Amino acid sequence: MTATTVTPASSLRGPTPLGGFNATALVLEIKRVLRNRRTLFFIIVFPSVFFFMFRSSAGRNAGPKADFIAAYVMISMAVYGAMVGTTSGGATVAIERSLGWSRQLRLTPLRPSAYVGMKVLTSMTLGLLAVCSTFTIGAISGVHMAPHTWLFTGLLAWASSLVFAAFGLLVGFLFPAENVMQFVGPLMAVMAMFGGIFVPLNQLPQGLQDFGRFTPMYGVGIVARAPLVGGATPWAVGSIVVWTILFAFGAMMMFKRDTARV
Amino acid sequence: MLAIDLKNLTKRYGAVTAVNDLSLQVEPGEIVAFLGPNGAGKTTTIDMMLGLARPSEGSVAIYGKPPAEAIAAGEIAAVMQTGGLLKDFTVEETVRFTASLYLNARPAAEVLERAGIAGIASRRVAKCSGGEQQRLRFAMALISDPRLLILDEPTTGMDVEGRRDFWSAIREDASRGRTIMFATHYLDEADSYADRIVLIRQGSIVADGTTAEIKNLASGRRVRVTLENPDVDALRAIGGVTNVEQRGDSVIVNCSDSDVVARYFLTSTSARDIEVSSQNLEAAFVALTADSATPMLSGARA
Repeated sequence: MTATTVTPASSLRGPTPLGGFNATALVLEIKRVLRNRRTLFFIIVFPSVFFFMFRSSAGRNAGPKADFIAAYVMISMAVYGAMVGTTSGGATVAIERSLGWSRQLRLTPLRPSAYVGMKVLTSMTLGLLAVCSTFTIGAISGVHMAPHTWLFTGLLAWASSLVFAAFGLLVGFLFPAENVMQFVGPLMAVMAMFGGIFVPLNQLPQGLQDFGRFTPMYGVGIVARAPLVGGATPWAVGSIVVWTILFAFGAMMMFKRDTARV
Repeated sequence: MLAIDLKNLTKRYGAVTAVNDLSLQVEPGEIVAFLGPNGAGKTTTIDMMLGLARPSEGSVAIYGKPPAEAIAAGEIAAVMQTGGLLKDFTVEETVRFTASLYLNARPAAEVLERAGIAGIASRRVAKCSGGEQQRLRFAMALISDPRLLILDEPTTGMDVEGRRDFWSAIREDASRGRTIMFATHYLDEADSYADRIVLIRQGSIVADGTTAEIKNLASGRRVRVTLENPDVDALRAIGGVTNVEQRGDSVIVNCSDSDVVARYFLTSTSARDIEVSSQNLEAAFVALTADSATPMLSGARA
């Protein structure tokens, strides 16, 4: 018999600390998600390209107005990228359920809550990546903002995308399908419209504006741009809080159903 | 302490009883084949042992612990039939990810080596063959150095070479003293790799014994003669005769003692062309697990 025997001292056995939550798994997970070209496209390439298109059509002339528009579009695109990033991070749950990976993980000491915790952190990392890359492109192409405006808009765009991390998880636990993002993508584009991402909300017909106030992206767009343009109303902040709670609660319910033994 | 202790395990899904009052005790170090046709309740039983399904009645103890505790402590690991892998991880990443979840994981390099996939460590899971993926599942199961390893039809869909490689890795591992239980519907696998066979049919154990005992159960003979107007009742009255069949002029008798039957034909009838042959194991397995078969519990453990 070799040195590695099959019956180790029982003192070595026991539940893993933090329910299995650990940095190695988190890093591997983030690396893995970033291998998905489709995700990368929507997080990094799409917001930058959209930003350039806007800049070249609307912001050709120099001047304060052009500067303002460029910054406005850049923040909107960062918010959009963060939204796609966090949603697809959470929605990986759907893929993992459809492939039986979630079931496999139930044969390990990983606690379901630790799994969800890692998913949220992965999502928020994707969101951060989206904000940073869009802001970098913006800075390189000459967007001017006060240093604190850069910081606050970036932080707010990132932090408020938490609502979509919860949304992604809800989607992930609702639909065990590998191609779930193909269905969620168009839905996100519609939500983004109500967040004033592609055109300012006040340019939409009044009816759509009224409806938009009740959609998840509404508050995120307003709050993220507030350091630049002001106007962070209690309604906008409340919208983020309420939607985050709703999505998180829904995700929790679905998660409980998913992990219940039958 | 028993490695596996199933007591009166029953699982119902609505009106369907998948597992019916099943009790099974496995000692540490045993290699047990869980043999039965599809739908016999093998996977349901395994799901209950792994804590993936809740028994309707009865109890499961793995090394004295409920399944969830045994899993959390890394005492039990399983190689499932399909799924359970992420395509965009590499082989090594899959193992490292899994290892990070355990308190006392074996090094990734060691389990890859033991599963015989060290050479494809950097390959994407999506690019691995079915056999390679199965050995990856095996490597994942070895990470916690579990005391009990459960394999649910591990070679389904593998080619001959894949099956051989897989089993040689398992056999190598079993020599180290791990308790192993594997579900299969391949009789030859049970015969070659297990030292105990548990036959299950319609959610109940129909035979349980050493491989030799199960083979004895199946070691009946077949006597075939040419004879017109045989006395079927007299044949059935002979001890050990299980079945009498007439095909034209031929009479086929299945029995445990072919000598007695042959002597009867030769001394009491005008039978000609006597042929005696062994019943094959496969046919016996079918007979034992067929819906109409009566339970035959071997003396050893019943």
